Parts: sequence; C-alpha cells; structure tokens
Amino acid sequence: MKFERYGKGIAKGLTVTIRHMFRHPVTVQYPEQRLNTSRRFRGNELIWDNVKCTGCGTCAKTCPQGAIEIVTSTNLVENKYEVEKYQIDTGYCIQCGLCVEACPYEALYMGYSYERAKYRRGELVQTKEMMLESPDRQVSGYFYPDFAAKLPRQTLLVERITEKE
Amino acid sequence: MALKTEPFVLNIGPVHPSTHGVFRMRATLDGEVIIDMEPVFGYLHRGIEKLAEERTYTGVIPLTDRLDYLASMSNNLAYVLAVEKLAGIPVPERAEYLRVILAELQRIASHLIAVGAFLNDCGAFFTPFLYMFREREKIVDLFEMVSGQRLLYNYMRIGGFTQDIPDEFLPALDKFVRQMPGFIDEYDRLLAENEILLARAKGVGILPKELAINICASGPVLRGSGVNWDIRKVDPYSIYDRFEFDIPTGSAGDCYDRYRVRVQEMRQSLRIIEQAMKQLPSGAVRSEVPHLIHPPAGEAYAHIEAPKGELGFYLVSDNSIAPYRCHIRAPSLMNLTALREMMLGWKIQDAIIIFGSIDITMGEVDR
Amino acid sequence: MIPSPGLSLEHYWQTLPPDWPGGFWWHWLVFTVIIIAFILMLVMGYIWIERRGMGRMQARLGPNRAGPFGLLQPVADAVKVLTKEDLVPANADKIVHWLAPVVAFAPALMIFAVVPFQDGALLADLNIGILYVVAISSVSTVGIFMAGWGSNNKYSLLGAMRNVAAVVSYEIPLILAIIGVVLIAGSLSLNDIVLAQNIPFILLQPLGFLLFFIAGCAEINRSPFDLMEADSELVAGFHIEYSGMKFALFYLVEYAEALAISAIITTLFLGGWRGPALPPWLWFLLKVILVFFVMVWTRTTFPRVRIDQLMALAWKFLLPLALINLIITAIQVLAWSEALLWVMIPVNIAIMVILVLLWSKLSKLGWGRVEV
Repeated sequence: MKFERYGKGIAKGLTVTIRHMFRHPVTVQYPEQRLNTSRRFRGNELIWDNVKCTGCGTCAKTCPQGAIEIVTSTNLVENKYEVEKYQIDTGYCIQCGLCVEACPYEALYMGYSYERAKYRRGELVQTKEMMLESPDRQVSGYFYPDFAAKLPRQTLLVERITEKE
Repeated sequence: MALKTEPFVLNIGPVHPSTHGVFRMRATLDGEVIIDMEPVFGYLHRGIEKLAEERTYTGVIPLTDRLDYLASMSNNLAYVLAVEKLAGIPVPERAEYLRVILAELQRIASHLIAVGAFLNDCGAFFTPFLYMFREREKIVDLFEMVSGQRLLYNYMRIGGFTQDIPDEFLPALDKFVRQMPGFIDEYDRLLAENEILLARAKGVGILPKELAINICASGPVLRGSGVNWDIRKVDPYSIYDRFEFDIPTGSAGDCYDRYRVRVQEMRQSLRIIEQAMKQLPSGAVRSEVPHLIHPPAGEAYAHIEAPKGELGFYLVSDNSIAPYRCHIRAPSLMNLTALREMMLGWKIQDAIIIFGSIDITMGEVDR
Repeated sequence: MIPSPGLSLEHYWQTLPPDWPGGFWWHWLVFTVIIIAFILMLVMGYIWIERRGMGRMQARLGPNRAGPFGLLQPVADAVKVLTKEDLVPANADKIVHWLAPVVAFAPALMIFAVVPFQDGALLADLNIGILYVVAISSVSTVGIFMAGWGSNNKYSLLGAMRNVAAVVSYEIPLILAIIGVVLIAGSLSLNDIVLAQNIPFILLQPLGFLLFFIAGCAEINRSPFDLMEADSELVAGFHIEYSGMKFALFYLVEYAEALAISAIITTLFLGGWRGPALPPWLWFLLKVILVFFVMVWTRTTFPRVRIDQLMALAWKFLLPLALINLIITAIQVLAWSEALLWVMIPVNIAIMVILVLLWSKLSKLGWGRVEV
C-alpha cells in the first residue's frame, strides 16, 4: 500500500466515528415507543363495507394474486345481488392495493395495522364478518384522502435529526 | 525443492456471507489465488416473465416491484414507460416531473445500499453500512408517505399515478435534499481516503473498457471503466433532457472507481431533484385511461437508467388485456457475465470485494 | 527480596517480605484469585464496552435489554454458550481438539502474573518480567494452530496457518518496540519500568508506542487485522468447528488477550498505576479501559487488510521503523542523560513524525498488477 496520504485518511475516519458517539442514536425502542406509520399505509388486512358492496366482483378480477373470493346469489325480492361469501386470503394478498382502487362503489379499504400475526395459516383467511369495520380495525387512508386526513401524522426521520450536529 | 500443490474447488455458496442474495461461485483455488471461477445462479427464479402473461397490464406492476427489490420505483417506471409506448398513452406534465423525482430518490437509496454493502465486504464492521441505512431510512419514509409501503411501492400506474403526493411530501423532501450533501461529505471523510481501503480496492478487479463494452455492461460498472454512456443523456426518456447534470466516470475500472462513481452519482441525483422540485407544475397526475387497457397489437421496448444499469422491458401485445410476452433485460445479469475475467488471479478476499462492487440483486438476475 | 535462580526454597522462605503473614503460599493464593477474578470481570466489562461503544459509534444503541444498560449482556452470552451442545467433528483428532482452547487460554491468564497493580503488588516480581510476557504470549499461537489442525477442516487449517504467519511476523516489531522502553527504564522487570516513569514513556517513545499498538492489534487478531478469525468473507477461521464452552473459551481468549495487551501497553507506555489523586489500582483500571477504547474505536472505523498486505506491513514497514527507533533510542540513552528529559519529548515526537512520513513516501508495499 502506498501511504501517499501519510495516514491522514485514517485519522479523518477516526474523527467521524468518535463524533458519532456524542450524537443521539436513531434507535426506537420498539414495544415501548412506536412510530406513526404513513397515512396511506397498506396494512395487513382489508375492511369491507357490506352496505355499499354490490357483489360486482371487480376487486376479485383486479387482484393479481386471486386472493378474493366472492359468492353471490340473487335476491329477487329486493332486486339486487346478495353477497353470501366475501373472503380474502391475506396469506396470498400482497397488499398492492389494486382492489381498493378498482372498486367502483368505494366499498373496500386497506387496513392500517401491521401487528396482525397469527399462529395458524388458516386464521389468515378473513371472512365476511371479520372484515367489517370495527374500532380496533382502523381504516387506512390509501386512495381515500378524507380518511387520510383523520389519521395521525407520520413520524419522519428527516425531522428527528435536524442537522449534522 | 518446490512443494507439490494441487488446486482445490471451493464453493462460495448460495448462503452468502455478504448481503447480495443467493448466488453461488464455484472457485478453483491454488493456495489462495483463484484460477478459475464458475458462477451458478437461478436460486431465486420465480417465473416473473411467465406470470406477467396471466395478469392484466396494471396487475403486472406489483410483479415488477419484485425484480430489483431494492429499487422498486425504477422498475415500475421502466414497465410503465413500455406500456405507454405500446399503447400511445400521453402522460401529464406533473406526473412526468414526479416520476423524475421519485426515480432519482430511488437511485440515491439504491446506491446507498450498494456502497454500504461494498464497504461492509471490505471489512469495515457495519459502520458505513449503518450510517447509509440511516439516510436510506429518510428516503424510505418519504416513499412510505407517498405510496403506503416501504419496500415494494407499486405506486406508478399506466398514465401517471392514482393519487397525488400528499402536502407534507415537498417540505420533507426539501429538508432531506438540504441535509444530504453534508452526510455524503461525512461518508467521504470516513472512508474515501482511508489507506487500507485504497490498498484493498484500488487496482483490484479491473474491467477493461473493451471488455465492458463487449459484454453489454451498463450502469456504474460501465462508467467506472471509463465509458461515458448514460441512457439519460444518450437516449433521454421521460423529461430528462430538461435537466442539467453530469455523468461521473472512472478511469481505471477497478473497484475503487466503481465505488466513487456511485457516490458521485448520488450527488448528481440530488441536483436533478432540486431542479425538478423548482419546476414542478400543478395539474392532474393521471391521464384518462380505461380500467382495462387494450393496446393495439405490436411490440415496444423501453429502457431506463436504473441504479444498477440499463433496465429494459420488451412487451408484445395481441390486443388483449394481458401482455402476450414480457421480457425483462436485467442489468445485473449482463454485468455478471464479466465476473470471471475480473476475478482470475486475485485472492478469495478480493473475490468478495469484486463481487460486491458490481452490485447485483438476485431478484433481477433470476427474475 | 526476589529469589534468583539457584537458591533453594528454604532460603527463599526466610527472605520473604515482612508483610505477608502466611508466607509464600498465601501470597500466591490471594493473588491468583485476584487475578482470575479481575480478568473474568474485566473481560465481561470489555465485552460490554465493545458492544455498547461500537453501537454508539454506529448511531444505534448497543445491547440494552439484559439488565440496566445491558450490563448483564455478557452474562446472558455466557449462559447461552454454556447451554449449547458440544459438537466434535467425526474425524477430528480428539485430544488436540479438546486441548486447543485450554492451551490458547492459559497464556492470557499467565501474563498477568507480572503486571503490577500497585507498587510491589504483583504475583511474582520477576526480574525478567517483560521477557516472560513475550515468551508466554507466543504459546497461545500453538493453541490456535492446534485448533486449526484438530478440526479436520481445510478452511480452519487455512485460517490457523494465516494466524501463525501473522503472529510470527509481528513478534519482531513488538519486541523491538519493547526494547526501546527497556533501554530507557534500564530494567526488564515491569515493576521497575513503572517506577522509572516519571514522564509516561508514550511521550518519550511515541514511535515505539505506535509500533507496539499496531503490532499488538495484529497479534490478538483485532481489526483491522482480523482476517484470521472474523473472516466473514469466507469462513470463520480456526474456530469453525467449536461450539459450546470451547467456543466460549476462544471468545474469551480474544478478549483476555486484548486485556493483556492493554495491560502491557499501560504498564510500558502510560505509566501503569501512577497518577495523582485516585488509588493506584483505579488508575490502572482507567488506563486499561482507555487503551481498550482506542482499540474499539479503530475496529469500528477501519476495513480489513488483505493477508499479503498484512505480511508486507510487518516486514517492510514496521520492522525497519522498529530498528531505526531502537538505534535512535540507544543513541539518546547513551548521549543524553536524565537531566534533559523534558527536551527529549518534542525531539522524539518530531523524529516519529518525520520517520513515519518519510517511510510512507518511500515504501510501496504489496504487489498490485497495476501501478497505483
């Protein structure tokens, strides 16, 4: 090796490392401190509105994975489709959000949470009842700006570290 | 009296010590010097080109995310440009500028990983890797704000984007662009002139200019060897001809030059982003496109300067809702073909560095 | 009174210092227990310092879940390692494989027999102190080579042979740097060297300190020279085939040797236990931790060197500098006496700077295929 820089490069590197010791670390202690995810976060689950849904099946046709299964029957009394089975296998779902964008009646929303681990694969399949909106299944603002406005602001790392100190 | 030695075969195996994916090199060693090397890949083949024939044109976009999974926006951009070329769909101005901003941000993020992993392979025990991941975290936060996911964005659509950027994107991007040059200077101060790194990486793994052109290398591998070829200047796509930026080239074609080229490209990307932010018009972000696209029968090839090189999509359509054939020209695969020539005669430790400096992602190589 | 070889044990018992009531065996027992406890506690402290320190330098927290501030992390590591299965490869040489960690670890402990914690407080004040240290520290290389051979694995043999080559090469600049200090202090005994340091020898021998530090880091396989054991590029070096408590012993060897080298550096160059206000053993501890902190700092910053560059560094860069340092020190000791000590400091620092710059310009190490 030619030490053409006489060890200066080595010394400069050492100063960078030692200055980092005096900065605040960027680690977030996970279970105690949580960061806010983005308002448009595409979470692990989907939320379905059974009033607006007509059973047209556009979401199922758009899904690249084929994770949505819809079974309908006709209800001749009220002259509409009755959705008997609306099931999404979140094990197949890749959370791309194309189904949410495709629904013409705005009946499908992405979920907001990410801590939905299950112990068995069978529990990943979400049936009609499990997909209704409830207080612990929050709706994400993906594709719906009015829902996004209600969610908390995302924490950004670029705002936590303001200068090179 | 010379000792009788015989060469032995070493399997630098699919479970790789460094973070480049599942790639296997069967190296024949004589002592510590490599005398022959055979790359074996295909461990990550998922059949993306075949799967693309079964999904609609919009449904292929999540698939393209998973090619070079560290630079998803670029892959989306290449595919979407190909479809728009095929179907003749115009794109509004605001969408073009946003595409440029996102693609350049993605280039910075990808080069951060490339440089970090290269320095990690050299032996600097995760320090530059972690520093660069801190910067990449800022970029990924911006992408999360825009698209909702942190790695596989699926944000670009044919004809633009579905949703405009939120209000807090531009102020955050502005803060990032102002902070970033200082951090790049800090990385240079940390390791760019370090004598040990110079000894390890200068003169090692040289790719001569003629060989680089002959094997159709592209990206920083080609530019590190001294060839001034960047698709953004040579065959401008989107609106790249409206921006002012330089193309950094190396001179010797060794690992150190490729590393420097990547760092300089990060600075140039910041320049482009600043210009694009100033010129960003208002307006719609998506032109009127039907839900299911039926392009006329024909073929189109669109290529972009992805962070790893020239990424191209070749689409053949037969007027149905799905592509008839989708072929992906992956830059990492082409760059990989020169690996054997670069490695012969060097030692095992150099082999790891050379492999790290080409910067491949197995998702692209195997598709 | 120190016994010289040739006297009988009877004579020695009568010449014992008066403050040891029980006699020789009590002195030996108390100090052995103190040394073993000190080493083990401090090694755990070292592991903690390294992981926390490296974490803070990398803009993250180190371990902080096991106990307050992660202080029990080494304990958790020890418990984990003790409960692992002890695998021995099928065709391995069983005795060699079993004995290797022991042979590697024992010298690291034995070095502390001659390191002074306080004035006169050491296990055995040998009058060949530093020579004993150098001799013993070479034995652990034999242990490492036994590990490489006994594992019946090509790659661990490769790592072990690299290690032997490197250690043998770096012994020589190490010893020459030590001789510089010995010339100034006038004695090989470590206690006398500390007592002779009215000015810490780092100021009088800056080049010697640099050489000793680099050679010491190379001897104990620490970054930037850790290609023998943390060879994450390819294989894990000589301790691939070890698991369980034997692996823990190798892990311990690395930190115990780091502790030993820091203790030797403190004694030779930084003034041992000397210091104004605090008790002497506390000064010793602080200095040892400071030296280790510098080692952690260099580990965090630098990439690794390649094996042929490692050898070239030893033979072409450190060895000539060590010889020149020795000659200049000898001239200084002969020509100038005690009175002009303060003048020597800037003179020596200037000599070091000039030599390092000059030698860097002149030396072109390693063979690259292209002129760089």
